[in-house]
Amino acid sequence: MKVALFVTCLTDSFYPRVGEAVVRVLRHFGCKVEFPTEQTCCGQPAFNSGFHDQAAAVARRMLRVFEPYETVVTPSASCAGMVKHHFAELLGDDAQERAAAERLAARTHEFATFVTNKLGVEIGKHLEFAEPITFHYPCRARGIYSLEELSSWLAGADAVDLRTPRQAELCCGFGGGFAVEYPEISGAMLGDKLDELVSTGAKLVICNEGGCALNMSGGAHRRGIPLRFKHLAECLAESLGLMEPEA
Amino acid sequence: MSVTKSEFRQRIAAGIADERVIRAVHQATLHKVDAAAEALAELSDREGLRELAAQIKQHLLENLPEYLEQFVRACERRGTRVHFAADAQAACEIICAIAHGSGSELAVKAKSMATEEIRLNDALQAAGVRTIETDLGEFIVQIDHDRPSHIVTPIIHKDRRQIAQALVRETGCDYTEDPEELTAIARDYLRDIFRRCDLGITGANFAVAESGTICICTNEGNGRMSTTRPRVHVALVGIEKLVPRLRDLPVFLKLLARSSTGQPLTVYTTLITGPKRPSDRDGPEQLHVVLLDNGRSEILGGPFTEVLRCIRCGACLNACPVFRNIGGHAYGSVYPGPIGSLATPLLSGINEHAELPRASTLCGACQAACPVKIDLPGLLVKLRAQTRARQPLGKRLGMNVWKRLMQSPALFGWGQRVLRWMLPGGDDGWISSGFGPAGAWTKVRDLPRPPERTFRERWREGLDDEG
Repeated sequence: MKVALFVTCLTDSFYPRVGEAVVRVLRHFGCKVEFPTEQTCCGQPAFNSGFHDQAAAVARRMLRVFEPYETVVTPSASCAGMVKHHFAELLGDDAQERAAAERLAARTHEFATFVTNKLGVEIGKHLEFAEPITFHYPCRARGIYSLEELSSWLAGADAVDLRTPRQAELCCGFGGGFAVEYPEISGAMLGDKLDELVSTGAKLVICNEGGCALNMSGGAHRRGIPLRFKHLAECLAESLGLMEPEA
Repeated sequence: MSVTKSEFRQRIAAGIADERVIRAVHQATLHKVDAAAEALAELSDREGLRELAAQIKQHLLENLPEYLEQFVRACERRGTRVHFAADAQAACEIICAIAHGSGSELAVKAKSMATEEIRLNDALQAAGVRTIETDLGEFIVQIDHDRPSHIVTPIIHKDRRQIAQALVRETGCDYTEDPEELTAIARDYLRDIFRRCDLGITGANFAVAESGTICICTNEGNGRMSTTRPRVHVALVGIEKLVPRLRDLPVFLKLLARSSTGQPLTVYTTLITGPKRPSDRDGPEQLHVVLLDNGRSEILGGPFTEVLRCIRCGACLNACPVFRNIGGHAYGSVYPGPIGSLATPLLSGINEHAELPRASTLCGACQAACPVKIDLPGLLVKLRAQTRARQPLGKRLGMNVWKRLMQSPALFGWGQRVLRWMLPGGDDGWISSGFGPAGAWTKVRDLPRPPERTFRERWREGLDDEG
């Protein structure tokens, strides 16, 4: 299957290893991966902030860049959600654009759901963990994959010690622009989230969202908490021997 | 960004700084979230019921003029007098006039957010009518000269000690922190008031269009005392509180208490249709319903109509991690929490409250908890869009710069390199201070140094060819 990777601006800039892991895992399961180098961002930062003209301009560009590709895969549920749930409304004034937006929405898939539903791979069967793990359910995964799905992917790993936080759906306090517009609130929420993760006793947190990882790892580093954050794609790539475990 | 902190930001800072309150709010809201989840799980088809509740309210709102007419006709058939109040001032004037007309001097109130919204207590006091809150939480708020901080649990921000101190001050009782004793002291005090009162004021959880019935859900019995003991009962009812038929009520009753406190039903569910009839043994001689608009009809028919579905259960407040960390008073409004961040700007001026909808991560916990399925995050974004012109110049310029960057991969790649250059990081590869957005970010957390190679660079440098 031919797949176009939408790596997202944040993963591109801060977590290239996640993009690399996605590429290697998709190739491992038989996909031919293309990377349209014209891509930038889906427009979500401006959209969430209420700057819909700017968001529409960037979204329109994304439509054009990905128009030639049959299947689009992205490591971010948040960005997949932007394309799948908000593009049509954002660009809805023009019937042609709306139709193009709806087509792209149908062709765009979040990485783990794509691997599971389109490639028919049981993710858990290919995962190995050498230590106890916990996870963060990204708020923006609502409507893309459920807490139960995420949990079941991880629980499927052989002899995994999966520690579910008591408030597994608790927001980490990132919220895009919110993190810098209201750092005090964001920081307080982050403290709650880190407490939840620490109380599981696991040191490795599976976190599939770059924004959340940026926020939580930064919070953990500031507080001197020894938590590590890893995307499911990285876990898969390492377990499958496609990438060296991170130093 | 303006140099002086807005009042909202000052209240946020004060809220976060009050550790005792924040601890109390955390404990109470998390307990309620668990209780609600457990109670909702008892329903055979929770999602179906939520969908039905949402549809009934949406239908009601889309046909509100017809249902209001039906409600008024039904009320009049049963001898209930109906008044329309266009705004808060009109509502206060109507209720004060009713009090004067009936020679009332001592009013008892059941808990009502609508009366908070119009600041009825202040108006009655100015009109010479002594008004006593009879819901325990609201009573404590009143005698402590405080404001409610939660729409269902008004003293969620108070601990036992503060409640005890307020009661000692008001009633002269011996100091105790025992909840049962405190409740008994308040009960005795309020019983005396109930004996002497001559006006009862309530809100309504629901108002049934076909029958002219007012439905009041309470847990302490004060609602019944307030509507049966006084000669005159006034119910202040937001126009959105209507439901079409009596048989629609159970849909909402099943969801309201479960979502709110985790109870299958509130302890008392009071249905009132008309004043005392000659054959009745008790009840008020006069029943007045004041239908309150106060900005609601402006919302109706527009993109925010579904906000009016709200049944004031407070589930979105309990679920909200922002509310949990700043407390209800930070919102500076009668309606705090996610629903307040929508209702307050919509009811009392978008420009005055432009910051409220922005103070959210859009995490969606509120939407997941809402029994009438209001798309709170989606509507918050819509409100942000309406107030974008009021954003600081730096932000507006920044958005246009961002747009230019994101429309050109070359510029974007250049931006990535600039970012790496601007954020060299410390010895351990982390950035702990900065200016602009990096400064705001590093107030509360560090920032990892952008890696040496972006993904697109790695792709060009060989990842591309491996496949």
